[in-house]
Amino acid sequence: MATDRIELRIKRQDGPDAPRRWEEFRIPYRPKMNVISALMEVRRHPITADGRKTTPPVWDANCLEEVCGACTMIINGKVRQACSALIDQLDQPIVLEPMTKFPLVRDLLVDRQRMFDALKRVHAWIPIDGTYNLGPGPRVDPNAQQVAYRLARCMTCGCCLEVCPQVTPTSKFMGAAAISQVRLFNVHPTGKMHAGERLEALMSEGGITDCGNAQNCVHACPKEIPLTESIAALGRQTTTYALKRLLGG
Amino acid sequence: MVAQAKTIVVGGGLAGLMTVIKIAEAGIPCQLFSVVPVKRSHSVCAQGGINASVNTKGEGDSPQIHFYETIKGGDFLANQPLARGMCEAAPGIVYLLDRMGVPFNRTPEGLLDFRGFGGTLYSRTAFAGATTGQQLLYALDEQVRRFEAEGLVEKFEYWEFLSIVKDEEGICRGIVAQNLRTMEIRAFPADAVCLATGGNGLIFGKSTLSMVCTGSAASAAFQQGAIYANGEFIQVHPTAIPGQDKLRLMSESARAEGGRVWVPRDGKPWYFLEEKYPKYKNLVPRDIATREIYHVCRVLGLGVDGKDVVYLDVSHIPAETLDRKLGGILEIYEKFVGEDPRKVPMKVFPGVHYSMGGLWIDYEADSDGNIVVGSPRNHQTNIPGLLAAGEVDYEYHGANRLGANSLLSCFYGGMLAGPAMVSYAKGLERSCQAVSSLVFEAERKRQEEAYNRICALSGTENPFVIHKELGEIMTDNVTVVRLNKKLQATDDAILACMDRWKQIDINDAAQWANQAVSFTRQLWNMLEMARVITLGALRRDESRGAHYKPDFPDRNDGQWLKSTLATWTPSGPEFTYAPVDTRFLKPEARKY
Repeated sequence: MATDRIELRIKRQDGPDAPRRWEEFRIPYRPKMNVISALMEVRRHPITADGRKTTPPVWDANCLEEVCGACTMIINGKVRQACSALIDQLDQPIVLEPMTKFPLVRDLLVDRQRMFDALKRVHAWIPIDGTYNLGPGPRVDPNAQQVAYRLARCMTCGCCLEVCPQVTPTSKFMGAAAISQVRLFNVHPTGKMHAGERLEALMSEGGITDCGNAQNCVHACPKEIPLTESIAALGRQTTTYALKRLLGG
Repeated sequence: MVAQAKTIVVGGGLAGLMTVIKIAEAGIPCQLFSVVPVKRSHSVCAQGGINASVNTKGEGDSPQIHFYETIKGGDFLANQPLARGMCEAAPGIVYLLDRMGVPFNRTPEGLLDFRGFGGTLYSRTAFAGATTGQQLLYALDEQVRRFEAEGLVEKFEYWEFLSIVKDEEGICRGIVAQNLRTMEIRAFPADAVCLATGGNGLIFGKSTLSMVCTGSAASAAFQQGAIYANGEFIQVHPTAIPGQDKLRLMSESARAEGGRVWVPRDGKPWYFLEEKYPKYKNLVPRDIATREIYHVCRVLGLGVDGKDVVYLDVSHIPAETLDRKLGGILEIYEKFVGEDPRKVPMKVFPGVHYSMGGLWIDYEADSDGNIVVGSPRNHQTNIPGLLAAGEVDYEYHGANRLGANSLLSCFYGGMLAGPAMVSYAKGLERSCQAVSSLVFEAERKRQEEAYNRICALSGTENPFVIHKELGEIMTDNVTVVRLNKKLQATDDAILACMDRWKQIDINDAAQWANQAVSFTRQLWNMLEMARVITLGALRRDESRGAHYKPDFPDRNDGQWLKSTLATWTPSGPEFTYAPVDTRFLKPEARKY
């Protein structure tokens, strides 16, 4: 393979019910390229390696700084963000596929609505009284802030769901992301006043008991969020909560 | 009097979500449109922090000083009542965000921590690591999700705003939008509409902005009669990592935490900002730092290895401090460049970052100059019923924005726009539901025909190639140093791109998730707005804030202390000028 060329193999599918096909592209190499800039190059010259004109591939992307989570896809078999996937660090041909645990929209674009729905289900918010000026918030231990900040960096990208054996296109398991968000809100001084309603949601169908403890999630998380710690913490919280509820406490 | 008002907010970044929250809190339903899931909006890219003069460091800071520095930072072009209102509201806003659970960094006593930032000598910037925008957006996203669960907010994600619907009287009565999956085009009636659609950095090709920041929605409204103001004021951030796909921001907070800018000269580091600006050092406002870096690289030829590169150096700061206060951005540098900035200086260069200009909006101030919260005039464009908030409006920042004021203006703008929409809608004599359905159908049909024309384009040009070329010429000629000859040539080049646009080969006939058609439509809107930026710059023969012409190196208040107002006509933008409201602070020389 010539070093001045990049070889891409992209799994294409025109729509949810359309047949899958593979297309190969050869594009000029430039230093410091990432998968996104390679895809941009394809879009500017949508000609396959065997010289056929094709449609520009469809993919999801926005910030390109690995903070928005949009451009998640499977790259050489590993789920990750395409923006931070640097060409120089990838074996070629570079194989791009859409995530498999979410409904496919087109090509590399999938629908991750189930993740946002899960956040709604577990009440992932601080129930403030209103946006009028009520003065300063509660004081927070700087160490507690550091813990919360780590959890708060979850960008709902879907890597943890993609690698989880318990998450399938038909299963109801909400996955590690939403469980970890419950931990975030349950440690907040105001949020913990309403911990019960979040725990109730986690104890319902598709909640924490569906976790099979495969621990793939924590390795796949691009933000190194301690997801398995969160699941363990919530396991304890739900157990205590269930016990108290049983004893009428 | 309208019984049950209907409202629409377009854009789910900080300004849009704050507007939605204010509307929902008033018990009014709101439909929220966004081309991306709102949690992925461009606000996530904001890094350094949000300004508020809380004065917890015993430095004697106050909202009045914040106001003065904001106006001076903007080279006296900002209308002062809104900027003053924003600075006064800032401490309350940061407290509110804290109550929403934003994990702001803390002092050992558990209070909010603040750090310095550009254009000030005070510690005024609250921050959550170096991903403050992301954390603030998530907090608002969570609050909006709560209202969504209560049924007050209805989200339309992956829907693109195409146009407003205007009735016979020229009043905005709703929008037309397209579902980016099914490609369905639909009209949505509303009594008040707010555009919170962000900046337009993609007009410059590569910028620090996200891929959705084409400015297409603002341009569409402009082409329907909304006035666009101060378009020529584009902020170029001094420190970004050049990339093949975009320019990645390296936050000003790196310098606030002690980062130093330098280039090698005679075998030694030359800290040129510290040498020239002994008081503010590396924290001079962005327009000034950017021009100095350009001068060092392009005029003195002293860029690192003779290239367009300077060093941004944090390697002398303890790694623990860096991880706690700047972790997010250092991680970006490490991941995208492959070097550890805790050990080696970062290589950066200025990049297009922010539009000070935007849709013209009104405000109502009382005789003391205080903003009348709840007035329907606040944040309303010249089209009745159409409002704008956030980067898409032209207020607050004048000719140059201070760092960490953009997040603040998003919140304050939303806190004014939301109540303004509610009172405007409630005060309407005739609701949108009483407007003939023919009005909505006519606009829907107009958009559908425009869409069909794009689908039928079968020439030889590629829209993404035209975009790349537009970005290159805009970056070369309409950013840091502006020469009239080159500005004129740029306008000619934009017109040539508009001709080429008509020769595009759309190359994708799919009526499902068709990104090429959507981008091609946005490209036209970018071209229209590129002319506003370029011609506005061509006409303004002075230097002010981010707008610098070596042939006219001084600020000229006699002739140019005024806002540029662009109005769309079929033969190109027409320009008029309006006085600036300088009722509190008289313009003075801007020295740092």
